[in-house]
Amino acid sequence: MFKLLEGPQTLGRGKIFWSCFLAVLAGALTYPLFADSYDVGNFAYFLIWIFMALGLCLMWGYGGMLSFGQTLFFGIAGYGYGVLAINMGGGTATIAALALSVVLAMVAAGILGYFMIWGGINGIFFGIVTLSATLVLAFFLGQTAGPEWHIGPARLNGFNGMKGMDPLAVGDFYIEGSALYYVMIALIVIVYLALRMLVNSGIGNVIVATRENPQRAEMLGYDVRKYQLLTFVIGSGLAGLSGALYTSWGQFITPSSIGLPAAAMPIVWVAFSGRSDLTATLVGSFLLLFGFQTITVYSQQAALVLMGALLLATVMLAPQGFVLGIGKLAADWWSGRRRRDDSPVMAEAGRLQSEES
Amino acid sequence: MSAEVFSVFYQFADVFAFLILSAAGLAIVFGMMGVINMAHGEFIMCGAYVTVGLVNLGVPLAIAQILAALTAGLIGVAVEFLIVRRFYKRPLDSLLATWGLSLIVTQSMLLIVGSAVRGIGTPEGSFAIGGYTFSTYRLVLFGCAVAVLGGLYIVFMKTRFGVIARATMQNAAMAKALGARTGRIYSISFGIGTGLAGLCGALYAPTMTLIPTMGATFVVESFVTVVIGGANVLLGTAPAAVFLAMIRMALNASYGQIIGQIGMLVAVILIIRVLPEGLSSVLVRRGR
Repeated sequence: MFKLLEGPQTLGRGKIFWSCFLAVLAGALTYPLFADSYDVGNFAYFLIWIFMALGLCLMWGYGGMLSFGQTLFFGIAGYGYGVLAINMGGGTATIAALALSVVLAMVAAGILGYFMIWGGINGIFFGIVTLSATLVLAFFLGQTAGPEWHIGPARLNGFNGMKGMDPLAVGDFYIEGSALYYVMIALIVIVYLALRMLVNSGIGNVIVATRENPQRAEMLGYDVRKYQLLTFVIGSGLAGLSGALYTSWGQFITPSSIGLPAAAMPIVWVAFSGRSDLTATLVGSFLLLFGFQTITVYSQQAALVLMGALLLATVMLAPQGFVLGIGKLAADWWSGRRRRDDSPVMAEAGRLQSEES
Repeated sequence: MSAEVFSVFYQFADVFAFLILSAAGLAIVFGMMGVINMAHGEFIMCGAYVTVGLVNLGVPLAIAQILAALTAGLIGVAVEFLIVRRFYKRPLDSLLATWGLSLIVTQSMLLIVGSAVRGIGTPEGSFAIGGYTFSTYRLVLFGCAVAVLGGLYIVFMKTRFGVIARATMQNAAMAKALGARTGRIYSISFGIGTGLAGLCGALYAPTMTLIPTMGATFVVESFVTVVIGGANVLLGTAPAAVFLAMIRMALNASYGQIIGQIGMLVAVILIIRVLPEGLSSVLVRRGR
């Protein structure tokens, strides 16, 4: 089973890649020991969004389905976590709230995905139907300010957003600060490795075959619609995981994290990073989030203008993504110098490490 | 009784005009080039701002609106030349590029102009039928929507440009081989599309608050109308707008705007299950 960790669908193989992976992981694990708790909290915040980016990478890069609805499922699970956590009370029940809210997002994705995929919607329309659904959810939540909009004791609260839910907790122990950071790291490692195994497995090969040529995949005897739906549900579920973790992290969520321009952010991260590879998406999204957060402190609009410019520049100059392109260049240079076929992603992995230490 | 009938028609006309005006530009660009202009909302916003700016300078409203539509059209031609042109073979990338543009424009406007601009107020004028009062301007909007459809019919069915444009739409390579300058056709079509977006913004500018993010108010309606309508503006967008306006009107009247919008979206999602290529695919097939 662990053989599937490397394969034709993912970049990075061999001892050097995995030692880099372990080095980065070790760096990430020791980071809270010598950083102050504010920075650790910020880091945990960046990591929240990684799931959403990986989900989009799976759908778009591997499955060829460009979903603009990542924030739709982010919102469903984010609000879902809030409603459930408030209704079920704090403590260990929040873990169940997290799991249930992700399931809720996946069910929603299953329903929307069924109509789109079985209807034969693809390409551009897949994007704009998912985006329409996203915007409608944002508009809907935006006008729920009145006291009549509540689910149990949980008030939806319109544009000001829902608040007052407990963060994730086990018994009396709140998972916050460093504890939350470690949970995030663990989840990212699990999700990243699981996705690598998924895309290199038989299912993953069918998903990629469907992207390349749906008709041919169908002729080979696969019901491509089922594989597309599976991809969509997993990818959207990961967005849901981001949403639930986000609500738990800040104990609030507003409709503005669903609508425009939030809906464009996952697209920018994944397009800039290189949608066709999980590792590139992981590294690139992290870098972009880091940069975005640094600029947002001064001006949110300026940061968003930069994001728009990056998206435009990516499709005009490097349609396959900048991080992936730079990674490949660096790998060529490396292998040219060492006269050896090294892992192409190594250079990027090295960069992540320097970013963290 | 006739007052009730007129009231229903008035509500229908209101929603229908909104759908047609917001979707026409998007539908033309999609129909001709297979490209969805994600910056559509920003062209609408552009039309609205130019209108309000000109009116505040003392230009009469109607002239300001025409100038605003022309401005949006010219900017559209420039955008086509600089950006969209490169992506006709990669429609998905054109989505991303225009979305990037949309982000840049909206957020720059927020930085430069700030959040709100002084509006100009809906033109006065109302009339009464039975016990109800109706705003004249809403009927003017309906008239404009019908005029846009009529104008598009004449341009695309009765002029030389229209013949070449339809030929390009059906088979660009063949049209090019016969001497049509497809590149120019594309940029003119894109200009018409963004010009209509500008017109939409110009017409609705007096009725709403001007904020740089106002384009988002229109995009859902324009997207779903185009999704249901398919590639043909006259045989797709118009019937789609009639159909969606009826659903929307019924739900608006009993449950309010937001439920109307949700109902419209649900209807669209149900319809694409059956008609993934939109109404125009059915109507065009019937017509042949």
